Amino acid sequence: MDAILLVEQALNGLQFGLMLFLLAAGLTLVFGIMDMINLAHGSLYMVGAYLAATVATATGSFLVGAAAAVVGTAVVGMLLEVTLLRRLYKRDHLHQVLATFGLLLMANEAVRMIWGPEALSLPMPEALAGPVEIGGLVYPAFRLMIIAVGIVVAVLLYVLVAHTRLGMLVRAGASNREMARAMGVRVSTVFTLVFGIGAALCAVAGAMLGPLLAVQVGMGESILILAFVVIVIGGIGSVRGAFVGAVLVGMVDTFGRTLLPMSLRAVLPPQIAGNLGPALASILIYVLMAGVLFWRPQGLFPARG
Amino acid sequence: MIKKAVAAASMAMATVAVQAADQIRIGFMSTLSGPSAALGIDIRDAFNLVVKRNGGKLGGLPAEIIVVDDQMKPDTGKQATERLLKKDRVDVITGIVFSNVMLAVAPSIFENETFLVSANAGPTAYSGEGCNPFFFAASWQNDGQHEAAGHFSTTKGYKSVVLLAPNYPAGKDALTGFKRMYKGEVIDEIYTKLGQLDFAAELAQVRAAKPQAVYIFQPGGMGINFIKQWVAAGLNKQIPLIAPGFSADEDVIKAVGEPMVGMYNTAQWAHDLGNAENRKFVAEFQKEYGRLPTVYASQGYDTAQLIDAAVRDAKGKIEDRAVFGKALTTAKFNSVRGEFKLNVNHMPIQNYYLRQIWKDPSGRITNKLVSTVLTNHPDAYASACKMKPW
Amino acid sequence: MAAGTPLHHAVRWALVGPALVLLALLPVLLTAIDQPFYLVPATRILIYAIAATSLNLLVGFGGMVSFGHAAFFGTGAYVTGIAAMHGLQSAWLAWPLAMVVAGVAAFAIGLVSLRTRGVYFIMITLAFAQMMYYVFVSMKTYGGEDGLALESRSALGFGLSLKSDTTFYYVTLVLAVLSIAVLWRVVNSRFGRTLQGIRENEIRMEAVGFPVFRHKLAAFVIAGAVAGLAGALAANQTDMASPAFLNWHQSGMLLIMVILGGVHSFLGPAIGAAVLLLLEEFVGDMTTHWQFYVGAVLVAVVLFAPNGIATLAVRRSRV
Repeated sequence: MDAILLVEQALNGLQFGLMLFLLAAGLTLVFGIMDMINLAHGSLYMVGAYLAATVATATGSFLVGAAAAVVGTAVVGMLLEVTLLRRLYKRDHLHQVLATFGLLLMANEAVRMIWGPEALSLPMPEALAGPVEIGGLVYPAFRLMIIAVGIVVAVLLYVLVAHTRLGMLVRAGASNREMARAMGVRVSTVFTLVFGIGAALCAVAGAMLGPLLAVQVGMGESILILAFVVIVIGGIGSVRGAFVGAVLVGMVDTFGRTLLPMSLRAVLPPQIAGNLGPALASILIYVLMAGVLFWRPQGLFPARG
Repeated sequence: MIKKAVAAASMAMATVAVQAADQIRIGFMSTLSGPSAALGIDIRDAFNLVVKRNGGKLGGLPAEIIVVDDQMKPDTGKQATERLLKKDRVDVITGIVFSNVMLAVAPSIFENETFLVSANAGPTAYSGEGCNPFFFAASWQNDGQHEAAGHFSTTKGYKSVVLLAPNYPAGKDALTGFKRMYKGEVIDEIYTKLGQLDFAAELAQVRAAKPQAVYIFQPGGMGINFIKQWVAAGLNKQIPLIAPGFSADEDVIKAVGEPMVGMYNTAQWAHDLGNAENRKFVAEFQKEYGRLPTVYASQGYDTAQLIDAAVRDAKGKIEDRAVFGKALTTAKFNSVRGEFKLNVNHMPIQNYYLRQIWKDPSGRITNKLVSTVLTNHPDAYASACKMKPW
Repeated sequence: MAAGTPLHHAVRWALVGPALVLLALLPVLLTAIDQPFYLVPATRILIYAIAATSLNLLVGFGGMVSFGHAAFFGTGAYVTGIAAMHGLQSAWLAWPLAMVVAGVAAFAIGLVSLRTRGVYFIMITLAFAQMMYYVFVSMKTYGGEDGLALESRSALGFGLSLKSDTTFYYVTLVLAVLSIAVLWRVVNSRFGRTLQGIRENEIRMEAVGFPVFRHKLAAFVIAGAVAGLAGALAANQTDMASPAFLNWHQSGMLLIMVILGGVHSFLGPAIGAAVLLLLEEFVGDMTTHWQFYVGAVLVAVVLFAPNGIATLAVRRSRV
């Protein structure tokens, strides 16, 4: 196995991990501050992708599509928060799971009603549709851009959480909810804002991954489960934990998918090895999560003391 | 109780069988949602073209067509089939795109003695020993297009290839078919997840393996994504990509465009085949739906034609299984692919063509017929099929 | 809830009796109106009634919100399929085997999961169920992603065949009544009362000296085994063990059935199963978007009828 292939796979893992982070960041904030399980978080990712695809196709500009998706999805997210989700904060987790599962079903069907059952395609921006050559490595330009966007968003989020007043409230909320409430500084507005930010991050992920995957009903579900895995590994409520967890899961998944079959191939016939590899890789992530929960029940970076 | 009811019903059928039925009920189950919805939609639209032209009739009988979506999921398909058979009591089931759905639902269709006329999947499981009198493929045996591609790759002189297909029955059939006629070295066989859309890891693997050519079978949305990412990774400038007609058809071309020009692919049909029926089909399809038909559409059209001819030959006595079965076996119609006849296992014996994507004089990127790769080609399993003809 | 304490759950024979008679006569009625097809959904409802009632032992009576019950349902289905593939066709052997294996799986998963609480419990059960999903999907010999087709349905002996929809219906009905009765006995036993005590106040029960963890684990295993039986039946009904049985959507749907019917009542989940599947059957006939309405009903129930659906969950402080 040569170094270039390793680097290429590491970039793939990083790209996947950063996109997971965009979803997990919003999820972990909502989870950490409002103590709310939101199964419909993945639906915001889907809505973002659909908006991006629709606007990008109509205007012919990927950038305009992505911007519209971010704004539109943030609005949808905040509307949801104000009308429905805030009534669930004080409820039992069971109720939250149910109501948001219901919301997820509704979102899937609503999208099907509006856009039809067929998958949409979100065209890649022309300029980034080809490869870039760095040293001996040929790598898709668009994927490099995804990595760049992921890193920029992560840094912005870090600045927001660590160095702004909103971030202070967020951190206070994550580490001690009651205290945050007691501060009485229009907590509900903070919640709505946080929800809007989470939704906007979903839309960024949706717009970035749309050209690589397909914009389709149900697209948010498998990635939502992974985002949950990420925040449980990272520690609920911790943005730093979500970042580490996401990159970890991205790397484990990508290297698991390639290295496992390769090493299995050394001992097993190719077809069996090729079959076993991807499945084992998917299990790896859950083993990782179960292990973390078993030994560090609060995750790697517990937000609460 | 049910048994009695069924027995009573079939006795009733037996007595009316001398007369023609007053209508034909067709269960059209297909993949109509998700990234591969375009396949089912093309088959459905072309099928409807024939029904519409005949004034809502097939073989002279008013046709009621019940359309359901299997979502590409075997269990959804299974549940839908149950309804079609027991609630709607259809005479024929058709439209199934994917082999995994087909394999899940076919046993209960056969058991119910209902005819399954495939507009796409022609799984190996029903080609040899497992052939079934109630199964008919108006499309192809699963290996067909891939055998042609293997043959072409050999004559083109590619010494080594990497093969890539989704891990499901038709994916395995595809690679088996390719390897049957390919004489060079197969460096690697990569099976992907059915429905997989991100191929970054596999592309890195292919690049590292440095083959002289790559053969992919990725139907529907999977193929669109694969080829887009193939181009994005710059591999289109390094390694020739060969595909069956499915993965290089109008739907894929529309999504990927320019970078596909020059790509070779093999199929049993091409939109510029010169026969009269095909010219009529392509013109009518374009007029009705405003797009060029794909190979899937051609199959949907021929499926409707086959049923139409069989009902006509059976003089409408579709409830008499033996009469209708025989009519389906021997039905004569003008196939858009030129010559068409069914083998002893009810799989087509037909030509397979080489097509290449080019920019036609009007600037449109589309497929062009290049040559005939396999002539009157039967599948490799027919000799193992021992069923009694109708 | 009559008869003594709120921990005792009596059967209201005035309602259950006629319902049983109706269920027993259903095949005759359907044949009379020439709609025998509806036996198929009726059987499916009974199968899911078994699974939902078993889940309610955890959610309603044990206070354990498991988001991974599909793991045991699916395991039961796959064990039946795998056993059949290796020549074990007899229902008398294959179905108990399905229950045992599902129970063992529940034991293993419970051993780890039950150390966590609240939201972490929800997450870890979900994660384990996904893990089971990938384990079965990875086994290409057993069908992989396409699911494992059953060559033929389990053999009953006595000249009965599950191929007949009527026979299948009655077999399922008998098993549903039996397993729900057993679960009812469990809930009303000393064990069941202890379990409900744990749900109300785990720390106090621990302090009084009850082996809390063992009680919860035992409930987890019982629920898993019963779900395994439901899975075995489901595999027979669809003629296949499908990965969809293991998917997290399945866990979600089971949870919905429990909540729709009401965790406060013992037979609620069975009614929830009926409501949800009938909704699918009939709303699904009218519109392909039936899930939209299911979702809307769910949201509405949580928002406007929280007491109706979950007196117990509300009485409990936040998990």
